[in-house]
Amino acid sequence: MRARRIGLVAVHVFKESVRDRVLYSIVAFAIVLVGASVLIGQITAGQDLKILKDLGLATIELAGLAIAIFIGVGLVAREIERKSVHSLLAKPLPRWEFIVGKYAGLLATIGINVILMTAVLYALLAWTGWRAPEELRRSWDAPAADPALLLAVLFVFAQLALLTAVALFFSTFSSSGLLSVVLTIGVWVAGLESTDLRRFGELTGSPLGAVVSAIGWIVPAFSAFDIKAAVVHGQHVPPALVAWRLLYAVVYSALTVGAGILVFSRREFR
Amino acid sequence: MTSRVGVAIGVAAVAALLGVSAAVLKAGDRREPAPIETERLLYLRSGPVARRLMLSFDALAADIYWMRAIQHYGRERRSDRAANRFELLEPLLDLTTTLDPEFNIAYRFGAIFLAELPPSGPGRVDQSIALLKKGLEHNPGRWQYAFDIGFIYYWYGTGLGRGRLDYEAAAQWFDEAAKVPGAPIWIRQLAAMTRAQGGDTRGARRALQELATSEEPWLRGAAERGLEQVSAIETIAQLHREIDAFQAKHQRRPAGWAELFPNAPRGSAPVDPGGAPFEYDAASGRVTLSAKSPLFPLPRMSDAQ
Repeated sequence: MRARRIGLVAVHVFKESVRDRVLYSIVAFAIVLVGASVLIGQITAGQDLKILKDLGLATIELAGLAIAIFIGVGLVAREIERKSVHSLLAKPLPRWEFIVGKYAGLLATIGINVILMTAVLYALLAWTGWRAPEELRRSWDAPAADPALLLAVLFVFAQLALLTAVALFFSTFSSSGLLSVVLTIGVWVAGLESTDLRRFGELTGSPLGAVVSAIGWIVPAFSAFDIKAAVVHGQHVPPALVAWRLLYAVVYSALTVGAGILVFSRREFR
Repeated sequence: MTSRVGVAIGVAAVAALLGVSAAVLKAGDRREPAPIETERLLYLRSGPVARRLMLSFDALAADIYWMRAIQHYGRERRSDRAANRFELLEPLLDLTTTLDPEFNIAYRFGAIFLAELPPSGPGRVDQSIALLKKGLEHNPGRWQYAFDIGFIYYWYGTGLGRGRLDYEAAAQWFDEAAKVPGAPIWIRQLAAMTRAQGGDTRGARRALQELATSEEPWLRGAAERGLEQVSAIETIAQLHREIDAFQAKHQRRPAGWAELFPNAPRGSAPVDPGGAPFEYDAASGRVTLSAKSPLFPLPRMSDAQ
């Protein structure tokens, strides 16, 4: 019963999001990639495959980031603004189920988006590989439709799951959409620099260094999920690293959604 | 007027105005061409700063800088600018390789761009070798970078101005390349050959033949051009021997190709592998490669320039 209620909220979020923006982003993605693949071969000194992979993975990440941030921050805030939250909470729907449903719905939207964009990318890579002469293929670091790219995509999705949780958390207490967007982007940027923040304390040894280092441990370590370049260059990604990073994403997302539930549960609506 | 007709008129008006705006832009460009100086701007020169700014998109930014480097090289090669030619090439390649330290072709092909002698390139052997050393630092397992440094010393010398050919340095770097696990055995032979016969076209031909088997098509193209240049150097040396023989026999230099090769068709001249006729100066008795040849200029190891 509980799972059904969460599922209903999630399906509602998914439908709403798909109607809104997802298809547009996929079409835009496909157009960007097709256009780029035709053009870049002319000016890259034989590096069109590398650039196609870099561009494809970056576009998947960027499109996912846009969805996670701009839809994520409005997930709860919009319901509050429209006052539809009153009728929702009047129903037999615990607040935590509402938040978890919202999170699951947006994650499903992002997941579908990522899967479709990955399919478009693989189709283009397969086409690029098929039309390349054998001698050119020998110079590539990795095959065109390299299955290892799925690892990079999986890491992008893990990063997006984390960011969605952050956006949802801000959505539970901030009344300003713009402020939530700024805060979410701020956390994302800080997370990308988290490795350097953690090292800062080791370098300085001062009390300020310890504070900065602590921030580096607290913010979500988005930088840990960037394996795009390594995969594109055909480097081996150890399975243990994949497992630890995914576990980190699950734990951190759970704690962020949990924090959002905590805030939302104590909030009063008039 | 129905709303559908109104929409159609609106769309047609927008399309027409787009056409008019393009025509205005074109007319303006024709009368008052936009200055192209802005194309030579590089706002960001620090690789580490660029890495910070690009967040998690540094590999994509490296691709963009690589494409800019290629465009800059191509544009400057065609330009008739006298000063500051290729001035952005090194910073663009440095940014590319800092943003993506695994960008193999940016090191190898970029080094050839930088070392190419004027007018085809900046002739900055120092920057070329620094770029390859940077590649070796990031990827110590790639023997190709050490081999390329040896090749640069062999082919281009130590640079412009007071630069000189340095076969000992070339041999040392070939030795360094041979030490890297997985390096082919012929590099050690090439090092010995370079020490014994530095300046001999056979050594250059051997190194270029190996580069021409590279898996990178663009590197193969550069090596094939180098092999044609070696052939041109050998042909020039052969022509000088013919001229010396003529002078020994007739106590004077030949007046032109017709006198040197009386059996050749009238008006014909020996051509280089690029298809351009060699130029002969009767006063000095020297044969040179035409400046119009696609192989111009010949590398420093030749005295034919």
